[in-house]
Amino acid sequence: MTSTPTRGAALAPPASEVPSPRPAAAPPGGGPLAGALTGAGQVLRLALRRDRILIPAWTLGIAGMATMSAQATVGLYPDLPQRVQAAEVVNGSAAMIALYGRIYDPTSLGELSMFKLTAFGAAIIGVVFAYLAVRHTRAEEEAGRLELVGATVVGRAAPLAAAMAVVAITAGALALLTGLGLWVAGLPLAGSLAFGAAWGTTGLLFGAVGAVAAQLATTARAATGLALVALAVAYVARAAGDLAEQAPGWASWLSPIGWTQQVRAFSGTRWEILVLPLLATAVLVPVAFVLRSRRDLGAGLLPDRPGPAQGRLGGAWGLAARLQRPALLGWAAGVLVMGVVLGSVADSVEGFLDSAAMRDIIAALGGEGALVDMFLAAELGFVGAALAGAGIAAVRWLPLEEASGRAEVLLATATDRRSWALGHAVVAMLGVAVLVLLAGLAIGIGYALAVGDPGAVLRLAGAAATRIPAALVMVGIAVAIWGIWPRGGWLAWALFVAFLALGEFGTLWGVPNPVMNLSPFRHSPMVPGPDPSFGALPVLLAVAVGLVALGVWRFGRRDVSTD
Amino acid sequence: MTMSAPAATPGPLATDAAIEVRGLVKHFGSLRVLDHLDLTVAPGEVHGLLGPNGAGKTTTLRILLGLLRADGGQLRVLGGDPWHDAVALHRRLAYVPGDVTLWPNLTGGEVIDMLGRMRGGLDRARRDELVERFDLDPTKRGRTYSKGNRQKVALIAALASDVDLLLLDEPTAGLDPLMDATFREHIGELRAAGRTVLLSSHVLSEVEALCDRVSIIRQGVVVESGSLAQLRHLTRTSVVAQVRTVPAGLEHLPGVHDITIDGTRVSAEVEPVGLAPVMFALAGGGLEALTTQPPTLEELFLRHYRDELAPPSVQAGAEPAHHRRRWGRRSA
Repeated sequence: MTSTPTRGAALAPPASEVPSPRPAAAPPGGGPLAGALTGAGQVLRLALRRDRILIPAWTLGIAGMATMSAQATVGLYPDLPQRVQAAEVVNGSAAMIALYGRIYDPTSLGELSMFKLTAFGAAIIGVVFAYLAVRHTRAEEEAGRLELVGATVVGRAAPLAAAMAVVAITAGALALLTGLGLWVAGLPLAGSLAFGAAWGTTGLLFGAVGAVAAQLATTARAATGLALVALAVAYVARAAGDLAEQAPGWASWLSPIGWTQQVRAFSGTRWEILVLPLLATAVLVPVAFVLRSRRDLGAGLLPDRPGPAQGRLGGAWGLAARLQRPALLGWAAGVLVMGVVLGSVADSVEGFLDSAAMRDIIAALGGEGALVDMFLAAELGFVGAALAGAGIAAVRWLPLEEASGRAEVLLATATDRRSWALGHAVVAMLGVAVLVLLAGLAIGIGYALAVGDPGAVLRLAGAAATRIPAALVMVGIAVAIWGIWPRGGWLAWALFVAFLALGEFGTLWGVPNPVMNLSPFRHSPMVPGPDPSFGALPVLLAVAVGLVALGVWRFGRRDVSTD
Repeated sequence: MTMSAPAATPGPLATDAAIEVRGLVKHFGSLRVLDHLDLTVAPGEVHGLLGPNGAGKTTTLRILLGLLRADGGQLRVLGGDPWHDAVALHRRLAYVPGDVTLWPNLTGGEVIDMLGRMRGGLDRARRDELVERFDLDPTKRGRTYSKGNRQKVALIAALASDVDLLLLDEPTAGLDPLMDATFREHIGELRAAGRTVLLSSHVLSEVEALCDRVSIIRQGVVVESGSLAQLRHLTRTSVVAQVRTVPAGLEHLPGVHDITIDGTRVSAEVEPVGLAPVMFALAGGGLEALTTQPPTLEELFLRHYRDELAPPSVQAGAEPAHHRRRWGRRSA
């Protein structure tokens, strides 16, 4: 009660105390933050108004995904013995554990329902919240809109505070909606709410990670990239922790996604673990504010260094390669590190065969070697899909260059517009192909080091190569959509997410086969593995090339759209 | 073929013009941005495309570049079709957009060199000289340049190329007066070298200072086109005279407007046709002092935009509204 006046003084703009409209009337004794936060409420309202569709769509989409999975599982496994058996299959597969995590209580319906979504969903939430934080901080600053806002009676730290409020509101809504959705789907109330809270706090934490990244990098792209690297490290760390002999290993405790899992919402809920992401957030948010207060508008942590006074770029293709290079290098570094880690854990798969039933199943499949192969094939599929996303992101350069007016300058030179578009598409496709091969090599190196089999390097690189055509189809889809409808960039991402969701949950949701077959990833051969079928690869390649040709041809016939 | 300009049916396009446009039509959705626009730019002339924001200047330039496709009409740029012969034509022309955005990671120097090479080569010495004269730091990254400096990067890239035709969309919008003067010098050099320049602007003084010929564009139509001398011919000279006795019937002479007589001081706006009779009459009245002011382009401009600048409903004055609209003048 007694603290209320002080808090009011610290948060409210000084103008509210003094009726004078002149900002000069602001008392100097209001503390450093009092002025810096002035107008945060206004900025917050603007931000919420801007995202009035996006935020509800995200929260409802993610909560709906959880609800659908819970509902489907409740219907699929009505009896306890079935659940226990299913849980044992999961816990017996290192591939499943590495990708999704363990089921700690085989009798728990909630654990079985959510085993895929706990960590995987947390990763999706991490992406969404980091993006949300960057969107309302660095992206606005880069676009110059923050300058416009900053020139009004708005404190220096107000936009960041507003962005954090947007993150907190969205996280709260997500936690509540997910909890209620799971409860409605038939899971216990307390566990459902704990699960929602675990997701919500994860979102909050990655929002804070995004806010810090936004202070370090000078572009929204780079800031989102930094946050995604943190997310990837967290995901791999928890995979290592889950694969440990005595799970969870120490690596899980270093990972925010590991914390999400360790709440164990449906098997002896551990509410106290929610303190970990909250604490981390409480550390990161002040760090972001301090970084913000120490830099100029538009600047990053590192000042811009002067570059060459003369350039060697000579054409549209060279420019496309130059523009896409930083992201490619970032992905390459990430893929190499992750690949070696994933490859080296494959060997430990055999240690998971602790149930007699699993041993029988594995023997029927072709022995322990087959199990390792299955694990590696699953890893390659995962990597191939993720790198298809990198390809879609690379194609984003086309609408970005077009809308910004930079393409206009290029196309006013003696550059054929189809050649310009093709340049970006080809660089994106080559980039994806090289990245997938690198991933295969890295997984191969990791595995070869673990088992002492140098031949595995080339074998796995070759296996990875079979994942390239499906990824290229996604690049082709993105190019075609842009050529036909330059503002439809989101559609490529929506299809990408839909295809991934079909692959992960399509069977669970009972999606008919023809619909499942729309996903290019479904047609990649399962290699390494017994009798893979490569027949679809030429078709996938032809489809990818055809889609690129369609997009480039359409662009050649339509107006260049600037806005 | 086309149901174009009411004045003349478009015949075969003249091949000797640098730019020849007849009955150009462009829609954005249901909005008609260009409505049978005609434009002729002769080789070697500096031509101004004058009009307010949203009149269709940028759209016209983008169509001339083959970035947008015309919905109707005929056009030739340097003897070619801008849509089909884009690449070949672009070797011979350079373009500076109105709102220049640069690649955040590339330095100004890199952008200038890249654009020059993509246009088919640039004159290294000239490029360095331009960088010097426009006082540009070419080592800075695109994201750190101010609006004026981004403009300079695009201008230098365009001016350093050896091309026949320059298309400039509001080229001096972000330049300071000093750089503006440098820019004018360069346009003068280009004119002397026989290059063709088409520049859009809504700044009258700029067009007056730079251009040989002007086309005034309004709501997607060119409403007036000609040399500055021709256009001035359509406007009136301000005359202020001190006489011993005011000649009778001065106000009834042809081409005399807005006449005020204050004792022995006469001021009036006179059309070219009325100048000689007015001078005779004033001389007969014992002319003691005379000030004449040549017509400015602004007057012409205002005449075409009078409707927008001052809606008739707001106008309250002795003159009939139609008179004001026809012969608009700066409001006192």
